[in-house]
Amino acid sequence: MRRAFVASGWMMSLLAATASGAAPVCAPGTAEMPSMFLPRSEPAEIILDITWLIIGICAVIFIVMEGLIVWAIIRYRKKRSESEGGEPPQVYGSNPVELAWTVIPLLIVFVLFLVSARGIFEIDKQEPPPGSLEVTVVGHRWWWEFDYGDLGFVTANELHIPLTKDGEPQSVYLMLESADVIHSFWVPQLAGKMDVVPGRINHLWLQPSRAGKYIGQCAEYCGNQHANMLITVYVHTEEEFARWVENQQKEAVEDAAVAEGRDLFMSTACINCHTIRGTVADGTFAPDLTHLMSRSVLGAGAAANTPDRLREWVWDPQNIKPGCDMPSMKLSREETDRICDYLETLK
Amino acid sequence: MSTIDTNAALPELAPVHNLPKGKLGVSLLILSEIFFFGTLIAVYLFYIGKDLSGPYPQDVLDPPFAAPTWAPMAVSFNSIFLLTSSIWIWLAVKALEQGAMARFTLFWALTIAFGGVFLAGTGFEWYGLIAEDGLWLNTNLFGSCFFTLVGFHAAHVTIGLLLMTIVLVLTLCGYNHQRHAGKVDLLSWYWHFVDGVWIFVFTVVYIIGYYG
Amino acid sequence: MTTAPESPRLALKAPPLSRLHEWVVTVDHKKLGLMYITSGLLFFIIGGLEATMMRWQLAWSDMGVVMPDEFNRLFTMHGTTMVFLVGMPILLGSANYLVPLMIGTRDLAFPRLNAFGFWLFLFGGLLLYFSYFGGQGLYGMGSAPDVGWFAYAPLTERTFSRGHSTDYWILGLLVSGFGSIATGINLVATILCMRCKGMSLMKMPIFVWIMLIDAILVVIAMPPLAASQVMLLFDRSLGAHFFDVQGGGSAVLWQNLFWFFGHPEVYILILPAFAFVSEIIPVFCRKVLFGYPLMVAATVAIGFISLGVWVHHMFAVGLSPAVNTAFMASTMLIAVPTGIKMFNWVATMYGGKIRLHTPMLFSLGFLVQFLFGGLTGIMLAVVPFDWQVSDSYFVVGHFHYVLFGGLVFTIFAAIYYWFPKVSGKMLSERIGKWHFWTLFIGFNLTFAPMHVSGMLGMPRRIYTYHADRGWEIWNLISSIGVLFQIIGVLFFAWNLLRSLKKGKPAGDDPWDAWTLEWSTPSPPPAWNFDVDPEVRSRRPLWDKKHPEDPDWKYE
Ligand code: HEA
Ligand code: HEA
Ligand code: HEC
Ligand code: CUA
Ligand SMILES: [Cu+2]
Repeated sequence: MRRAFVASGWMMSLLAATASGAAPVCAPGTAEMPSMFLPRSEPAEIILDITWLIIGICAVIFIVMEGLIVWAIIRYRKKRSESEGGEPPQVYGSNPVELAWTVIPLLIVFVLFLVSARGIFEIDKQEPPPGSLEVTVVGHRWWWEFDYGDLGFVTANELHIPLTKDGEPQSVYLMLESADVIHSFWVPQLAGKMDVVPGRINHLWLQPSRAGKYIGQCAEYCGNQHANMLITVYVHTEEEFARWVENQQKEAVEDAAVAEGRDLFMSTACINCHTIRGTVADGTFAPDLTHLMSRSVLGAGAAANTPDRLREWVWDPQNIKPGCDMPSMKLSREETDRICDYLETLK
Repeated sequence: MSTIDTNAALPELAPVHNLPKGKLGVSLLILSEIFFFGTLIAVYLFYIGKDLSGPYPQDVLDPPFAAPTWAPMAVSFNSIFLLTSSIWIWLAVKALEQGAMARFTLFWALTIAFGGVFLAGTGFEWYGLIAEDGLWLNTNLFGSCFFTLVGFHAAHVTIGLLLMTIVLVLTLCGYNHQRHAGKVDLLSWYWHFVDGVWIFVFTVVYIIGYYG
Repeated sequence: MTTAPESPRLALKAPPLSRLHEWVVTVDHKKLGLMYITSGLLFFIIGGLEATMMRWQLAWSDMGVVMPDEFNRLFTMHGTTMVFLVGMPILLGSANYLVPLMIGTRDLAFPRLNAFGFWLFLFGGLLLYFSYFGGQGLYGMGSAPDVGWFAYAPLTERTFSRGHSTDYWILGLLVSGFGSIATGINLVATILCMRCKGMSLMKMPIFVWIMLIDAILVVIAMPPLAASQVMLLFDRSLGAHFFDVQGGGSAVLWQNLFWFFGHPEVYILILPAFAFVSEIIPVFCRKVLFGYPLMVAATVAIGFISLGVWVHHMFAVGLSPAVNTAFMASTMLIAVPTGIKMFNWVATMYGGKIRLHTPMLFSLGFLVQFLFGGLTGIMLAVVPFDWQVSDSYFVVGHFHYVLFGGLVFTIFAAIYYWFPKVSGKMLSERIGKWHFWTLFIGFNLTFAPMHVSGMLGMPRRIYTYHADRGWEIWNLISSIGVLFQIIGVLFFAWNLLRSLKKGKPAGDDPWDAWTLEWSTPSPPPAWNFDVDPEVRSRRPLWDKKHPEDPDWKYE
């Protein structure tokens, strides 16, 4: 009896979790819980439909089996009062019954198979749907590079995509590549995950249905800082997206007030790894910093992009993201401040 | 146990078909070896033609059906030695079963000799590849796959030769007799397996890998 | 019942050193079996402590109990330990101990090979753990492998994992793997070559059947792993390019090779669980196993199908829809034979007289939890759903339900059931019940919430998570569950040690059971049986106890 309660309690908690997620109180700029039960994009919605179906089927099987087991225990439990009284009748088997429980699961499995096969072919797009926005995503240890190709700029860690185009839902088609080991691109509210495998180009199709900020995370173990390889996706309205693109396409701002910091940056090894468009810094090993200040996080989500945290980062990234591939540049506090003053102008 | 049961109506004991454990054991060993080599062969096949740089098989291997000249056919020649050794070992075991020790010793020594020729041939081939063509495990995919697959086969040949040499020494010292034919037969199974695998390795490396 | 003479016992105990020597040089299947199981249990404690550290670190967001790289070593060593150094030895050990007794023979087919296999296993395991000291030379701790238990390339290549820790992973498992292959061969040969009079294949206890299939799986699934590990080793130490993407190698190839082994491996681990409960449930329900021939057929089917489903660990790799669909089909198909087993066990309970002793409690725990884990497995087989939860805590929940809720629970069931035979002493029922309930509660508390956090977006193998993700509560419950589990395991340890000292004497056949091992004294003499047994049915002792209505009339 108790066993049944414990067991069905888990099923309930599953459902409760979903329900609590389903009514988000969501201030602007903050992200919802990255739950697959809050789909905000076509493929995630298709998956959720299938999910409910399989949860339903499995729950029914579980409850039926559980009922049978519990009932057997209660009904056939040997009573203390019952004296030894010999062995129960021995039943060696029964062909019709055994046939039944071979065939019935086969049928259930067949139905499941059909439903999911349909889902696979619906979601897995081998070619970009017409009119898609195409973005190349490159997984690095431990940050993401987003290359907007035709639009002519590269950014990092935060993917921005439009909700609609000319009033129609906008498809986004991601080309996934890896610069080193295997990663996996997973933003549960937008789509299932897709591995990012070196030596391959994988694809992922999104079609957002609601503007907002969505959190995801690298889902394939890729070494030390795998936990801090977050993905932030902003789904914008058409106009907002256009404005964002326009800003990203610009080269880095020149501000005489921070020239000192700028020169310091340009004379440090920073430029070997980082790019700032419009300057001599053209490294491709590390995130593009041209519009660093348009991002809300540092180090793929390891820290918020605030002036304090930025200083800490440049001073010694290993404090914030131990093991990450940016070394401490051994700058003085003074130099760090200058450089950061400059970086802060990179809106 | 049967002492307690005086019940006369007991049914016959079911016949039990127990297998000979030595043969089964060696067969299982061979089964696991098949999966081991199967994996290496699958990897070899997978990587055919995927090299980023040379030398490629066509540059350095000796093809089996090479046109007019006979010289490049060393590997095929070699292989004939290995495969023939299977016949010798079969004859040797037959001889041992009949207790013909002299005949056994002869064929057994022939087996070792033929196996040895094969191994030496492999050695020469490797020498050429490594020293002259500059191909080694770390050169390219072909090198990795080739030396791993052929190397593991050669290692098995070596183990077989060692075991057979031990038997030969025992025989010459007079410790091997007709009654040991069963165990010697098991060793011959292993040798047949090593030969059999070579047919696959040969096909994959020198035919599919070369012409494919 | 038995007319066998008292087995002669030495009146004097040998001095400790020579007793140790006796264990070291033994080729007796019972001693080796016990050594396998004991080392498995010790490794279980180690793996459990590693898990405890992880759960502590994950109990709340942004904790700093361990450093990131330490955490990565913890889950790698935890997974590797539990699979290769806990599951494997316990299954090989219990087969070692029980198979000869059940088929009425003296020992395994190749006793010395058996000892060799055990020592390979043990030294492989020790080598793996030596990495903590040797992984980067001898300075400092913490250089165990940190590449995950399936060691995906190219992360394992020299470029990305420097030092020698990954080499220890390769070599440790290679060595213990050879041991497993040797013992697998040995078990198959024993079962097919050494059955007692009258024991035709279809009169073997179901336990022996399942172990036969299991051993065959070991023999064919471990060599591909060995081959892959050798290739990886060549990559790392000789500069080969098998899995080196820069050199044209393929990352996906390693996955295919590993899972071609890895999936059969998880069935290798669960089949012994099936074997245990298939013996225990009938005895404690006082009924013959329902549908023996179909059970055998289902076991064979599981063995076969399990060789053809490996791609379900790679649904998110980006293979073509056709490949994914095909492997989804084969994966789902496995529900059918497994379901048959579930149904047959439950049918065995119907109309019985169920005695809820500790072995039966653990078996019931298995039924419930394995059912749950199996169903989440079927959910994972649904490719679109798997795209969401693959590599998330949902998967972690799934496999702990089948591995812990399934395998480990039945290991406890088996220990409670066979301990009297092995030691001649009964374990305490009272402590056993405490053990069961604390572990049952702790287990479910720990692993059920993982399904939720997985679906809420929590990936596995992360050493920490940020506060705004909303995963704390689920992780906290998980971690609290571990406390209960520790208490449960401590109850178990107490029970074992206490009973070894002063447990009730067990007698030959404390459970009134039916297979041959219960016809010989407890503990069995070195030669197992005084008289070579003869059997006429699958339950020889039933025939003897019920001469008026023996089994052979019905089989
Ligand atoms: C003991 C070990 C064990 C067992 C028995 C199973 C059993 C099953 N597993 Fe599991 N699995 C693991 C251990 C195990 N698994 C491990 C360790 C991993 C993770 C590895 C890693 O990544 O680290 C894993 C991962 C894993 C994945 C990959 C997830 C991912 O990484 O994305 C999948 C996907 O298909 C899967 C499926 C299944 C299925 C379908 C079964 C089936 O065999 C279950 C069958 C049982 C039932 C279905 C219940 C009883 C049946 C009935 C009552 C009949 C009626 C039911 C129906 C008709 C549905 N498993
Ligand atoms: C048989 C297999 C098995 C078992 C039994 C367990 C048991 C446990 N596992 Fe494990 N687990 C795996 C197999 C197993 N696991 C595998 C294969 C992985 C994947 C690894 C990878 O990703 O590479 C994994 C991963 C894994 C993770 C995911 C890590 C990650 O992805 O980041 C977690 C997290 O909570 C976890 C937790 C636990 C816990 C809490 C237990 C507990 O149930 C443990 C309970 C046991 C104890 C608590 C023992 C303590 C005992 C004492 C303290 C008594 C000492 C006293 C005396 C000596 C007298 N496991
Ligand atoms: C050896 C290469 C290297 C050098 C030199 C280097 N960086 Fe970095 N930097 C990185 C890498 C790699 C990352 C991404 C780290 C991560 O997220 O794991 C990074 C990230 C950053 C970020 C955060 C970017 C983001 O979007 O999250 C800033 C800011 C930054 N670096 C500034 C600097 C400055 C300033 C210097 C020079 C003083 C510098 N870097 C020098 C490699 C380098
Ligand atoms: Cu990138 Cu995990
Ligand atoms: Cu699997």
